[in-house]
Amino acid sequence: MTSIDIAWLPVCRDEVLAPEHGVAVLLPGGEQAAVFRTHDGDLHALSNVDPFSGAAVLARGIVGDLAGVPMVASPMHKQHFDLRTGVCLEDPEVSVRVYPVRIEGGMIMVGSP
Amino acid sequence: MPRTLVVVGNGMVGHRLVQAVRERDQAGAWRVVVLAEEHRPAYDRVALTSYVDGWDPAVLSLPDNTFDHDDAVSLHLGDPVTSIDREAREVVTASGRHVDYDALVLATGSRPFVPPVPGRELDGCFVYRTIDDLDAIRERATQAVAARGGRRSAMVLGGGLLGLEAAKALRDMGLSPHVVELAPRLMPLQVDDGGGGLLRGLIEDLDVTVHTGTSTEKIVPDGDRLIARLSNGVELDLDLVVFSAGIRPRDDLARDAGLEVGERGGIVVDSNCRTGDPDVYAIGECARVGDMVYGLVAPGYAMADVVAGALTDSHADEFTGADMSTKLKLLGVDVASFGDAHAATEGAREIVFADALAGTYKKLVVSSGGETLLGGVLVGDATPYASLRPMVGRALPGEPAKLIAPVSDGGGVGVDALPDDAQICSCNAVTKGTIRKSIVEDGCADVAAVKKCTKAGTSCGSCVPVLKQLLNACGVEQSKALCEHFSHSRAELFEIARVTGIASFGELITKHGTGRGCDICKPAVASILASLGNGHILDGEQATLQDTNDKFLANLQRNGTYSVVPRVPGGEITPDKLMVIAEVARDYGLYTKITGGQRIDLFGAPVEDLPAIWKRLVEAGFESGHAYGKALRTVKSCVGSTWCRYGVQDSVGLAIELELRYRGLRSPHKLKSAVSGCARECAEARGKDFGVIATENGWNLYVGGNGGMMPRHADLLVSEVDKDTLIRTIDRFLMFYIRTADRLQRTSTWLESLDGGLDHVRDVVVEDSLGICDELERQMAQHIQDYTDEWAAVLDDPVKLAKFTSFVNAPGTPDPTISFRPERGQKVPVMLGTPGVRT
Ligand SMILES: Cc1cc2nc3c(=O)[nH]c(=O)nc-3n(C[C@H](O)[C@H](O)[C@H](O)COP(=O)(O)OP(=O)(O)OC[C@H]3O[C@@H](n4cnc5c(N)ncnc54)[C@H](O)[C@@H]3O)c2cc1C
Repeated sequence: MTSIDIAWLPVCRDEVLAPEHGVAVLLPGGEQAAVFRTHDGDLHALSNVDPFSGAAVLARGIVGDLAGVPMVASPMHKQHFDLRTGVCLEDPEVSVRVYPVRIEGGMIMVGSP
Repeated sequence: MPRTLVVVGNGMVGHRLVQAVRERDQAGAWRVVVLAEEHRPAYDRVALTSYVDGWDPAVLSLPDNTFDHDDAVSLHLGDPVTSIDREAREVVTASGRHVDYDALVLATGSRPFVPPVPGRELDGCFVYRTIDDLDAIRERATQAVAARGGRRSAMVLGGGLLGLEAAKALRDMGLSPHVVELAPRLMPLQVDDGGGGLLRGLIEDLDVTVHTGTSTEKIVPDGDRLIARLSNGVELDLDLVVFSAGIRPRDDLARDAGLEVGERGGIVVDSNCRTGDPDVYAIGECARVGDMVYGLVAPGYAMADVVAGALTDSHADEFTGADMSTKLKLLGVDVASFGDAHAATEGAREIVFADALAGTYKKLVVSSGGETLLGGVLVGDATPYASLRPMVGRALPGEPAKLIAPVSDGGGVGVDALPDDAQICSCNAVTKGTIRKSIVEDGCADVAAVKKCTKAGTSCGSCVPVLKQLLNACGVEQSKALCEHFSHSRAELFEIARVTGIASFGELITKHGTGRGCDICKPAVASILASLGNGHILDGEQATLQDTNDKFLANLQRNGTYSVVPRVPGGEITPDKLMVIAEVARDYGLYTKITGGQRIDLFGAPVEDLPAIWKRLVEAGFESGHAYGKALRTVKSCVGSTWCRYGVQDSVGLAIELELRYRGLRSPHKLKSAVSGCARECAEARGKDFGVIATENGWNLYVGGNGGMMPRHADLLVSEVDKDTLIRTIDRFLMFYIRTADRLQRTSTWLESLDGGLDHVRDVVVEDSLGICDELERQMAQHIQDYTDEWAAVLDDPVKLAKFTSFVNAPGTPDPTISFRPERGQKVPVMLGTPGVRT
């Protein structure tokens, strides 16, 4: 993240997002993020828009790992995205935006510049 | 101006020629006129006996045999050629048609030889060569049963390959056959005394009476029955007689046209299959090439390819003789004979294994020093055939006895031992080298791909096990691993889950896999758990395993919206229910389309609308149609005997019953079905995973059909059964498929890839050869008992309902990227650009 002024948006209560699920979040500027929780409890947030199809669907993908990399599979055409970096595992030239995410007071918060 | 090729005869070989010419004639140099004596387009005569299974001629049709879409071919059925005028280069047909030719190919096949037994022309005497012959035999058999009831009896004159096939057909028609053979053993051409003796024992166990070393002195009428007097003094009281004492080439046309024919028949041709007249060729069973007449289809195909090559200047190989090897299942008994089966080669020696208890006889013929394989005979178990036959004439890889020793002794031969020019598929003349190339260079990764690319294994199928071995040998490790997380195949995981009772993905991957899983193994395991009945597919952890379609119980479309398909069993719907669908579609602005499965698809619903849409549908009595699941989709039906003038059974009623029985059944891939109320087949049941066609006497069940990208006609599994038997058989078939198929493997590819194919499936689900049928039925009964509507259950569960929102922080707000435009009076998605990314 290059921006210094991050606005944190409360998304939902921590317990709403169970392991290996994803939820979509509408950000103030109209962008959409997808927040995922991996099996170990870690949270990740990526852009919700699948860059291959243009549809806002990544939050509905299957969460798992490939060769140890935590990933989500796009439900549209099954490309995989590294949850930590947003890079597409099949085509490293394609990536989706990563958003900061944290828990504050029992709420999941997503940061946007 | 294209030249004219006239083909006389539309049998197996004539058809192959036309196909090969059409494939190779890129330049369009030929127009082809086919003149055929029989009234139906080319069919699989080799499989003639299976016609008895369903009396459905369509099953025997050879692919692309009508040339409907090929203007370069005109096919005239039921109009045999009666004379050839070589001077004028024209043929004349029975109907008086005159056709000029630039090239003429005779593919007239053979006629059955009927020995001069007094009485052979009586009513009730038949030959065994065409579908019409079988229809006539059937009519006689049916009349006999109707007139006198009980088990009727028949005689087959001739105990060779065809005679035993005829005996099987008669037995399948409910007659008790006697086989009378002049030689001292059955199948004298193919097997030796030892093999013949064992074969006789196995066949007599099947209610066929065998008389060898015996001739028929005469046949006399006795009312509407026949009495046959045999040379061994026996008198047989019969309903019908089938002559099957060999075949004779149909060479009369050629003879009358002044072409040379052999002393013992057959149109004499050179190694290019040309007669003395350079414009006239002869191929198949009517031809005598290298002073041999071949009574098998593979050499005929090779001749067709030679002539097609010559006509199209592609590659004009010569016909250099052919393999007379045969492998068949006669009355359920494996018989194979290859190479020099009778040890006629000078100095040849024999190695024999006979096991009277197991009912197997295996003989190898080897060169005097034992270093070269010359031929062999296998009776009772022909498994080694596929790997032995290609080795004929080649150095043996080791001790010959090992090759046929029981497998537990390390017997059998590996495909590695074969050189590249060894022919693996003798029906289509495909060598090991060609198959290897298809795997290594063309990237064929499974048996189905190799079949498609090389044609190997597409005729008799006996080499399919070798194709598998070759795939393995080429390092296309037919890895059965589901994905990087499980080294097991889907079938193995299914067994693990079934036997251990493990009911969660977490436990399964911890105990039997590695890592956290992915979009391959998770839905596969979810499907297995669902097939085994583990509650709602969105309960707890299961929700994380489902693909988006199953997660939202709807089908994801390209713009992120979903489509909704309520179940309409059998395609039958009341006007009131139709109105509900219409109102829901109107109120939620859904694009509507009638599907190929006889129901209605409603498109363009955002996730947050799905519950409300389904609430209305469920209240009106609809339930999930599982259009989103790897599960039973629809059972299509024609209108059936209730309305249709031609229908013989209530296809709609049965379709509804089947659809309600199997609804919600999760399987390795989607399952489609259909029921047709008569042989006209308006429901297209033979394009389905399981299809049912009504007959006057019951139901025929076809399995493994497919439409789409890889069309395949379904195979007949059982015929003319009553409804209970039908349903029991489908229960078993589906559960067997669910247990053993790979992930995303449709029944069609599953059937193709199974060792033993359809026969194996029939053994398991009809004969219960594995003793699992009770359990398969129990499993299905459990599924039926546990079925509940998935959508109704979601509507009743606030936790599940809460997931149906576009945004967790703004429930009720629709996804702003979704937009529509009108087209032909409905709305369709507008796709926004996706800058910077290739699509
Ligand atoms: C029951 C049975 C089982 C068999 N099993 C096997 C097996 O397991 N393996 C194997 O390799 N082979 C088997 N065969 C043999 C195989 O079917 C033949 O080798 C193959 O059909 C030969 O093809 P063909 O085109 O030469 O002759 P056919 O298929 O007989 O075709 C010749 C066609 O020409 C037509 N015809 C003849 N005269 C004229 C004319 N004047 N004008 C127009 N049309 C004419 C005939 O009506 C016929 O339709 C079996 C045959 C039978 C009957």
